[in-house]
Amino acid sequence: MKKLINDPQTVVAESVEGFGLAHADLVAVHTDPLYVARAGGARAGKVGLVSGGGSGHEPLHAGFVGLGMLDAAVPGAMFTSPTPDQIAPALQAADAGAGVLAIVKNYTGDVLNFETAAELADAEGVTVRSVVVNDDVAVEDSLYTAGRRGVAGTVAVEKIAGAAAERGDDLDAVVAVAEKVIANVRSMGVALTACTVPHAGKPSFDLPEDEIEIGIGIHGEPGRHRIPLASADEITEMLLTAVADDLVLAPGEKVLLFVNGMGGTPASELYVVYRRARALLSERGVEVTRSLVGNYVTSLEMQGASVTVLRLDEELTALWDAPVHTAALRW
Amino acid sequence: MTLDVAWAIDWTRRSARVVTEHREELIELDRQIGDGDHGENLTRGYTAVVARLDALEPAPVLVGDVLKLVATTLMSTVGGAAGPLYGTAYLRAAKVSATPVLDSAGVVALLEAALEGIVARGKATTGEKTMVDAWTPAVEAAVAAADAGADAAAVVAAAAQAAAAGAQATIPLVATKGRASYLGERSAGHLDPGAASSALILQAAADSASAGGPVAP
Repeated sequence: MKKLINDPQTVVAESVEGFGLAHADLVAVHTDPLYVARAGGARAGKVGLVSGGGSGHEPLHAGFVGLGMLDAAVPGAMFTSPTPDQIAPALQAADAGAGVLAIVKNYTGDVLNFETAAELADAEGVTVRSVVVNDDVAVEDSLYTAGRRGVAGTVAVEKIAGAAAERGDDLDAVVAVAEKVIANVRSMGVALTACTVPHAGKPSFDLPEDEIEIGIGIHGEPGRHRIPLASADEITEMLLTAVADDLVLAPGEKVLLFVNGMGGTPASELYVVYRRARALLSERGVEVTRSLVGNYVTSLEMQGASVTVLRLDEELTALWDAPVHTAALRW
Repeated sequence: MTLDVAWAIDWTRRSARVVTEHREELIELDRQIGDGDHGENLTRGYTAVVARLDALEPAPVLVGDVLKLVATTLMSTVGGAAGPLYGTAYLRAAKVSATPVLDSAGVVALLEAALEGIVARGKATTGEKTMVDAWTPAVEAAVAAADAGADAAAVVAAAAQAAAAGAQATIPLVATKGRASYLGERSAGHLDPGAASSALILQAAADSASAGGPVAP
């Protein structure tokens, strides 16, 4: 394992400290317990937005704290959800009297810790509502699994719900918009290599040189299918087809196409994927009206990508286009 | 023979020691069907527990005092699914053991409350390849031992033995809860890390009961 770290025990704290120093105009880092809040605090009367999860997925979530997106982000240990005593103060910090929406990715640990934290914050008089992002079509949503995971689609939920909160929507309305995004966003990912969590010291799964994992999550966990390495076009077709079929996209619909890198794949390859995904959507008569390509929801240095499609209407398009000023996303 | 607050403290210190000793093994088990952080998270949590236990003033009087400290510390330091699950288990166990000593019925109540906490938080049942598959047979064995007239130490020993067997029995199971469920059929053939750590912790409880004295931290 070769990594630019000092100590696996301190890497998260040191990374967040550096993040805070680099983006002091946007964020304030609280160290004990560890969470990142918007510089200047919550704006009176605005619904607060909080998300969080294991570290190792940067820029998720701290990179999306700022105008038009999150009010606070809670980084856990590497690939480990944060604890309730980190999340609850972040929920309180984000509360400016209009309540708080917690955006939770559907992973057992995240759900359990946010649930506990919401109870703690509620006891302190903060109204907390939660939405659970579950966009990963690789996981069968049934009685026999923990349900579909929350992956790259989380960025769309944070951006659009953030814009709704910024324009002054009340808590019920922000929840409704977030749930509308969740209902219309789907993702699927592929890993070409595994990643190495610093404290584990070795790759999170064993993947032979000539094989890839289709349907990976974002915590370095294995996917559902292992197949021989294929071309970018073939892999993209597998991902996009699964996503588009699950969304039941009809000709004439407009979508956001988001190709997300897992951390170790160059932008050039992400655009190869984007090119093919766009062509496949076009073949279905689906119009791509908004795009995002880059490393936004990563798994450390894993090579791979995910394809996310969000069905857009006028409201979601306008909220996506609304100004955003965060470390990782701004327009 | 009954189990007292010294036993609870010893159990806690032993748990910290065995979890740390088995850190790599738990990481490897979790790496196979999860994300490889279970050993790391539990070691971090129990290390914090021992630090807080060392600093505790005044000394705890009730068994439940010790278990509550374990509960709150694990919840605030472990994260993942294990933090809330173990935290809730200890919290529920603390509520029913707010006494200076536990007889065999008291031990059964402690274990039952822990299991109820895990089930309430994780919403898992037996056969889903989770820590419930270690705790359920442990409670059943404890009840049977207590009914047969065993003393508190023997009840804990029976629970530990059943937990170990229950953990081993998760190997052929296909996970339907937790992160391993994403693997579907591919989760079969692996020991569940949560069940494995549960068996270690219950064995620590049994060892503390049979040793009958404090161990070095």
